[in-house]
Amino acid sequence: MKYLKEYRDPVLAQKILNEIGKTVTRPWSIMEVCGGQTHSLVKNGIIDVLPSEITMIHGPGCPVCVTPMHLIDAAVDLALRSNTILCSFGDMLRVPGSKMNLLEAKAQGADVRILYSPLEAVAIAKDNPEKEVVFFAVGFETTAPANALSLVHAKREGVKNYSILTSHVLVPPAMKAVINDPLSKIDGFLAAGHVCTIMGNSQYYPLASQYKVPIVVTGFEPIDVIQGILMVVKQLEAGTYKVENQYSRIVREEGNKDAQMIIDQVFEVSDQVWRGIGEIPASGYKVKDDFEAFDAVKKFAISIDAPEEKTECISGEIMKGLKKPNQCPHFGKKCTPENPLGAPMVSSEGACAAYYHFSGTSIHA
Amino acid sequence: MCLAVPGQIKTIEELHGGLLRKAQVSFGGIMKSASLEMLPTAEVGDYVLVHVGVAISKVDEAEAKKTFDYLREIGEVGELEDIDEYLPKTE
Repeated sequence: MKYLKEYRDPVLAQKILNEIGKTVTRPWSIMEVCGGQTHSLVKNGIIDVLPSEITMIHGPGCPVCVTPMHLIDAAVDLALRSNTILCSFGDMLRVPGSKMNLLEAKAQGADVRILYSPLEAVAIAKDNPEKEVVFFAVGFETTAPANALSLVHAKREGVKNYSILTSHVLVPPAMKAVINDPLSKIDGFLAAGHVCTIMGNSQYYPLASQYKVPIVVTGFEPIDVIQGILMVVKQLEAGTYKVENQYSRIVREEGNKDAQMIIDQVFEVSDQVWRGIGEIPASGYKVKDDFEAFDAVKKFAISIDAPEEKTECISGEIMKGLKKPNQCPHFGKKCTPENPLGAPMVSSEGACAAYYHFSGTSIHA
Repeated sequence: MCLAVPGQIKTIEELHGGLLRKAQVSFGGIMKSASLEMLPTAEVGDYVLVHVGVAISKVDEAEAKKTFDYLREIGEVGELEDIDEYLPKTE
């Protein structure tokens, strides 16, 4: 058992789809919160074969997409400093800033490096003591422990030339913001399985009961996503609104306590600006004072005032589920992965990129 | 961004006097190192979920099978009677 191919069996997928078809009696709108699930739905063609009663709404669960433009600009400014090595995950490099993106900064000679793990950035800092190494640490709760761990390592090993520029966002406050949007009409949620792997399921019980929406913690393989949809539909048809865990092979009820401890050591909850959506209270992490020597915002006195963005990108409406990517006038025309107007066309988890790369004629504009 | 992949721990190395445990994890034959600092009880042979160089969860085989038990129970007994063909095989 390798825990991958078992969850990709097309015959089994069809059987669960049949069961969804037998269960559903009326239209339902279900939001998959995580961009990884959006990609699974589109890449595997699931979205094309679901019963017509079910509308999937693509949620804001793409940290690259919601990182505010002023932080991209800050990363670009840091990268262009002569004594700095700016490291990040690959997805961040093409996200447009107000003047340029990180890839263009690299083309101008900046030392911008794509890393697999923030822990590698600490090693780069040790190898380059004469340089400042900054890791552009974006992510949801899933990535927070690894980013926090890099600071714990740097502190323990006395690495003084390492810092992180954080853009950390939290899922439950975003789900609440999306439900509270007067235009949204979400009947149920697939919650993000890997976020729950870290944080557990407890934060979702108050959401489910307050807003009377079923929430199913769901994985990412085709069978996971289809089963998650079936579990939500069964609840909707029965009129229940419980929190269920489809992804129990990975997600423990209490999450990963060791990971939560590392987050608590380094980060504290703060208000956070979401690109395209605006500020959401208590929806992000900032570096605690104990680790302020490793906080790039303080170390380099970066202004964190968010200027108003002027853009033709409708990412806010996309991420609140009010519009589909192919309903944007620029989709596939003025806005492509090579020349994106906004982040959802860039990221490997962005809804627009998923539609652009994987959708057939049925969902193209 | 939240992409995480299951792989099997092949070896574990202890650094800083056991303070830091680092594993070599096989992803279908491709080896990558992963920190075990958030999974103190993980052992060689375990399947773990790895995200950006850090193992964040041990895969629970009994729970993995429950997914398929659930499918067996959903009422389509007739159509799913051959489900054993699709059930994960233990190595």
